Amino acid sequence: MEFAQQLLNALSLGAIYALIALGFTMVYGVLRFINFAHSDVFMIGAVVGSLLGNYLPLGTWWSGLACLLAAMAVCALLGVIIERVAYRPLRAAPRLNVLITAIGVSLFIEYLFQNEHVFGAAPRPFPPVFPSVLWQWHGLSISSNQLIVIGVALLLVVALELIVYRTRIGTAMRAVSLNPRAAQLVGINPDVVVTFTFALGSALAGAGGVLYALNYQSVEPLMGVMPGLKAFVAAVLGGIGSIPGAALGGLLIGGIETFIGGSQFSTYKDAIAFALLILILLFRPTGLLGRRIPEKV
Amino acid sequence: MISRFRQIAVLSLLALQSASLLANEGTPIKIGEIASLTGKEAAFGQSSHKGTLLAIEELNAADGVLGRQLKLITEDNQTKAGESATAARKLISRDKVVALLGEVASSRSLEMAPIAQSSKIPMVSPASTNPKVTAVGAYVFRVCFIDPFQGTVMAKFAREDLGLRRVAVLTSVSSAYSVGLSKFFKERFLSDGGEIAIEQKYSEGDKDFRSQLTAIKATGVGGIFIPGYYSEAALIAKQARELGITAALFGGDGWEAPQLLQIGGAALEGCYYSTHYSPEDTSPAVQNFVKNYKDRFNDEVPDAMAALGYDSALVLADAIKRAGSTQPDAVREALAATRNFMGVTGNTTIDADRNAAKPAVVVAIKYGKLNFFKSVAP
Repeated sequence: MEFAQQLLNALSLGAIYALIALGFTMVYGVLRFINFAHSDVFMIGAVVGSLLGNYLPLGTWWSGLACLLAAMAVCALLGVIIERVAYRPLRAAPRLNVLITAIGVSLFIEYLFQNEHVFGAAPRPFPPVFPSVLWQWHGLSISSNQLIVIGVALLLVVALELIVYRTRIGTAMRAVSLNPRAAQLVGINPDVVVTFTFALGSALAGAGGVLYALNYQSVEPLMGVMPGLKAFVAAVLGGIGSIPGAALGGLLIGGIETFIGGSQFSTYKDAIAFALLILILLFRPTGLLGRRIPEKV
Repeated sequence: MISRFRQIAVLSLLALQSASLLANEGTPIKIGEIASLTGKEAAFGQSSHKGTLLAIEELNAADGVLGRQLKLITEDNQTKAGESATAARKLISRDKVVALLGEVASSRSLEMAPIAQSSKIPMVSPASTNPKVTAVGAYVFRVCFIDPFQGTVMAKFAREDLGLRRVAVLTSVSSAYSVGLSKFFKERFLSDGGEIAIEQKYSEGDKDFRSQLTAIKATGVGGIFIPGYYSEAALIAKQARELGITAALFGGDGWEAPQLLQIGGAALEGCYYSTHYSPEDTSPAVQNFVKNYKDRFNDEVPDAMAALGYDSALVLADAIKRAGSTQPDAVREALAATRNFMGVTGNTTIDADRNAAKPAVVVAIKYGKLNFFKSVAP
């Protein structure tokens, strides 16, 4: 029964890593750079959810969904603004410049939110917006929050898969990811695709933020740093640029962390998780589901 | 009636202050303070700073020390590792402070202490309980009890008052305070015939404790000792209850913060922790302090960190008075010779290891409130 409980813990943690990892992987897919500000968009999702939650009746489905949707909308908008202000002017610049700008944007958001007049550095409780029920089943404790996290994450990943493979804009995204110049030649506006990618990825991060805060019941400006780092690792582990890879990587990192955390080696849970990453990348440098792209000479 | 009384009190305080300002000559005595005013453990710094500030304001209203006013220079370390050392260097070399007050968390006091020691500037920690803090050197003091005592109190409490034989321990490996307190608790609990069924670890800033708690749940223990800080303890309590763990949870003075109940809520019902003082204490010294603190800070009830911050400033001022000068060496000598100083957290007598032996208070969380459970003499 302990194993089943840990499996449930692992799934609910991994589902959130997967949601954040999807944003990393999608931006990498179209622009070939890592958007480090993504973990802060995740934090802002949680902040928006908690601010709105304070004005809504607690513990009802519609207020929970309203928080989730509001966080996704605000984050989508924020993602688009960040791209427009910080990354687009550097589109032609070397990739390293954009990478450093991304770190700058990330630090800017973190310190802005630590300011007492904006949010403040102290952790605040997250209001229980969704109805909360606890089921006991043969010694297994299942909280409704964990099920909501897993359910919403699953739903969003399926929706993303449908958007990317079944819609025109999804096809355009894949085309830009494959070859941006050729995509432009067949009449795709890369700016529209990039904007859409940022909106989509940031909305997923916003949803992840609300789900994470719902599960751990506190919000603070640096809450995105560790989950963001682990989600980045998950994206690389699954094969950066690959959507199913990011989901798989997230679940794997969540699983490794949970099972080691519950063993006698709990002190080293992050060390072991990251050591496994190094090991996997040694044998599969493109990640688990990443495709090897041959260099043309 | 009360507001009338308060008005008179404030007016007389103002009158005193302006009188003393007129009477005062010479430069103020600079005292440096380092506190976590923002960041993860902001509640500690906010409380200890308010207590310290109140003490300094009261001393200044009563004509200061050695006929000079006191000037408190406060630095915020944002609860970040490394910042306290930088702040201590700045206060000593740029502001030329006479002495340092701070920190609450042992890990951060351990950053300040070597700098105070090597610059030969006396430092008084209000609430760091890890024994290593004052072991740094002859210039480092504290006005609270230490963890070997606190660990013993909680081990005896678990064994005798809660009647537990098998417990689990959940320690934060990245905090000197947590590692030390956990060690002293285990030693005493084992020697009292108890059994530590499982020990699990976490790091400062962790949010997910479900994996550790699931492993603890499988052992079926009657109690879990959590020697950590309030920010994690509140989340641990919530997640433990969500996993269906009904065992009693108990911890040390790191739990002492208003945010504990704000975040933990109903999950903390029936939990216990040890701390330095209780605002319910009916002694006139404590009640007077609680009243003045409430008047000064928006009706807030002072917690143990505020009371210790208050006492740390008073003990330092008393030492400067007895030393008759602000020479760091003279102040150090006087601090070391502090005997039977009556503050709001009890009687402070600095021993040969520069620690204070003081009673511990066990607090029970019932009906969403902190209730005095018992006091244990050193």
